[in-house]
Amino acid sequence: LLQAKYKERGTVLAEDQLAQMSKQLDMFKTNLEEFASKHKQEIRKNPEFRVQFQDMCATIGVDPLASGKGFWSEMLGVGDFYYELGVQIIEVCLALKHRNGGLITLEELHQQVLKGRGKFAQDVSQDDLLRAIKKLKVLGNGFGIIPVGGTYLIQSVPAELNMDHTVVLQLAEKKGYVTVSEIRSSLKWETERAKQVLEHLLKEGMAWLDMQAAGEPQYWLPALFTELYSQEITPEEAKEAIP
Amino acid sequence: SAKIVVHLHPASSNKEPGPFQSSKYSYIKLSFKEHGQIEFYRRLSEEITQRRWENMPTGQTIQVNKDPQAGRTRAVGIVGIERKLEEKRRETDKNISEAFEDLSKLMEKAKEMVELSKSIANKIKEKQGDITEDETIRFKSYLLSMGIANPVTRETYGSGTHYHMQLAKQLAGILQTPLEERGGIMSLTEVYCLVNRARGLELLSPEDLVNACKMLESLKLPLRLRIFDSGVMVIELQSHNEEEMVASALETVSEKGSLTADEFAKLVGMSVLLAKERLLLAEKMGHLCRDDSVEGLRFYPNLFLTQS
Repeated sequence: LLQAKYKERGTVLAEDQLAQMSKQLDMFKTNLEEFASKHKQEIRKNPEFRVQFQDMCATIGVDPLASGKGFWSEMLGVGDFYYELGVQIIEVCLALKHRNGGLITLEELHQQVLKGRGKFAQDVSQDDLLRAIKKLKVLGNGFGIIPVGGTYLIQSVPAELNMDHTVVLQLAEKKGYVTVSEIRSSLKWETERAKQVLEHLLKEGMAWLDMQAAGEPQYWLPALFTELYSQEITPEEAKEAIP
Repeated sequence: SAKIVVHLHPASSNKEPGPFQSSKYSYIKLSFKEHGQIEFYRRLSEEITQRRWENMPTGQTIQVNKDPQAGRTRAVGIVGIERKLEEKRRETDKNISEAFEDLSKLMEKAKEMVELSKSIANKIKEKQGDITEDETIRFKSYLLSMGIANPVTRETYGSGTHYHMQLAKQLAGILQTPLEERGGIMSLTEVYCLVNRARGLELLSPEDLVNACKMLESLKLPLRLRIFDSGVMVIELQSHNEEEMVASALETVSEKGSLTADEFAKLVGMSVLLAKERLLLAEKMGHLCRDDSVEGLRFYPNLFLTQS
């Protein structure tokens, strides 16, 4: 009987807490509405404020971008901003995939996205792009963020890129290409290991082979060709982007 | 960019004090990076002809008047402009710091919600079965509103709330035709773009989409979510049978001798992503063999099977 009584108590407590949570939720919603009426513009216009906002949310264990139905999204409009950005990121990556194999620097992605958005659209920072990309991962399309030399390479295809591949990409970042000798001397790898990694990148279309380079073959990464950066997306490429 | 050069007369002897007493330049250059020079030149010429500033009621001296009603500063001259800029800066700073203050207070309240939800989740975990399903659903929807990860399952998706059920039904309606137009199968990224572009406002988060799609099968809707070995996620019509498509893929590859995913995609009119998945599936089922070289991944009919 005592056991049953304790059990009952436990359930009642949980129900109480649910009711309490429901009330607190309503109050929070009101607070958020007030905040939104005063500062919604700040979030829209100020990328630094967005960063602060996101960091604070992360610290307390809240994801304002988890759902379009969440309070944050509905009242502050942060959701639409990032989800739309997600669409634009997907489109740019699809359009350029045949050029770079599905790897693109954050800079180039940023430039292309800004171009697509037009002159009068809201400003978008690189931090905004990274957050949008992190959300896109869940769609299973292979979106990934690879740190290289102070910036990031964005992967948008489900190709497997392990530590070895990543490290070679980082090595290639300085000049846009890498050779087997460089890998051997910088990373102290066997030739075989270096070749495997480079061949994988070639197969995935992320690297191009220049056999006519002086000395030894050079493996170039189109994603890192700075000269190609401001090249417009051609109409054919844009068609590829819109399924 | 277009430039307008404004040549200045030497300063008069009774010149009022300003930011600088003198300058080595006798002109100022205005640069127009994004047009506007024509209109500006017109107005500048007008003003230089009319010289309206010489007749302003506040006269020669630079005065700062506080308008008692609006509480704003009225000022004339360069010092006035500087003051206005400074005030604007201060106000922007004030706005931001006020926003931060308000944000911090808001976050405190949000933190309380997170703590409460953890406590509830613990109770649920301990008393498996003593919490009604209805209450669990209620709890999940509270978590959804706040953006709190489900403390029990540790997922932020897979939450299965009423919202996601409704969404799943909506998707079944929206996606029927597009799927039929695309051979019965679409990748989840395609679906995400399609649906959000159509909505324009109140967009779906990627997690909303995944959560809703996970419920398609259990709700007996005519679509289903499928996850390939590579992790690629697609939506298929229930009537779509990928394994049957493999048979026709084998035919196509046989006709051509061999095909890469790119070539196959172009031939059949599919996205490269899905074309690759189909060929990989065919390989998994034993119908195709791969030739993996630096020239790319090429698929051949599996002659080991057919000619043994």
